[in-house]
Amino acid sequence: MRIHVNGKALDVAAATLAALLRELHYEDGAIATALNQNFVRKADRGRTPLKEGDAVEILVPRQGG
Amino acid sequence: METDTRGDRLTLYGIEFSSRLLAGTAQYPSPAILSRAIAAAKAEIVTVSLRRESGGSRAGERFWALIRDLGVRVMPNTAGCRSVKEAITTAQMAREVFDTPWVKLEVIGEEDTLQPDVFGLVEAASILTREGFQVFPYTTEDLVAAERLLAAGCEVLMPWGSPIGSGRGLNNPYALKSLRAHFPNVPLIVDAGIGAPSHAAAAMEMGFDAVLTNTAIAKAGDPVKMARAFALAVEAGRIGFLADLMQARDMAAPSTPVIGRAFSDLARA
Repeated sequence: MRIHVNGKALDVAAATLAALLRELHYEDGAIATALNQNFVRKADRGRTPLKEGDAVEILVPRQGG
Repeated sequence: METDTRGDRLTLYGIEFSSRLLAGTAQYPSPAILSRAIAAAKAEIVTVSLRRESGGSRAGERFWALIRDLGVRVMPNTAGCRSVKEAITTAQMAREVFDTPWVKLEVIGEEDTLQPDVFGLVEAASILTREGFQVFPYTTEDLVAAERLLAAGCEVLMPWGSPIGSGRGLNNPYALKSLRAHFPNVPLIVDAGIGAPSHAAAAMEMGFDAVLTNTAIAKAGDPVKMARAFALAVEAGRIGFLADLMQARDMAAPSTPVIGRAFSDLARA
């Protein structure tokens, strides 16, 4: 299944957002997720299915002004 | 007369702070210099953001650990968001990661000046306050926009001094003074465009409650020394404001007594 993760096209096997994070080696730390521009809470990632063409954002803390 | 200003506090959404200098965390030469600069600034509030990162990089985790070690309060921003939807989603993501209801709300409306889109800002602020956020809107000096933001539930406003990163200082002192005069009881933090300690002092002398700066410290030749300069400038400006500045006048007024001046009885040629 081809989806976009942080703006890049990727072929992934994961069926859910939680599985995607494991597949892409994101640690279970300070990350936040959005699917198709909608925030997905950490508690909801396991029950958030992915489908062809989805756009996932995975964000982490960074410097800011 | 009260001369001790040590009890002077900044109150933001019910929380008191001693420092009136808020600091950004971006563009520093190194994490170590960032840490030392924040300490030298005596900042109790720092701004942070959320950005993309590759899996396994851990840079975000390291940065977050550094900030936590500073023992300061974080104010996540929605920097770079250009729509209400982007800003709201980013704020929701930030609340989960940083575990705070605070958000420095930016909705950018123009590329060259990074001017706030005050229409989108009001809409986003209204939605976020209903969701329980405590919103710090990055706005212009516009009085009507300020009214709408307060009506939307914002308890603090953050007017720009000048465009982000420009270092131009207070571009429109008249409008900033008007804003201060119109909202005497609303915490107002001058954000963006501050380039020198004197700019920060000027804002504080006008009666603004605090100043937020990033680039002016981070891009200085010696960020740690500049951070200290800003801390002193903000404190000096605040005390100057509390001490009630004299009124400026158009003509000279001798400060040394005129009566008793020697030769005062001689006729001028």
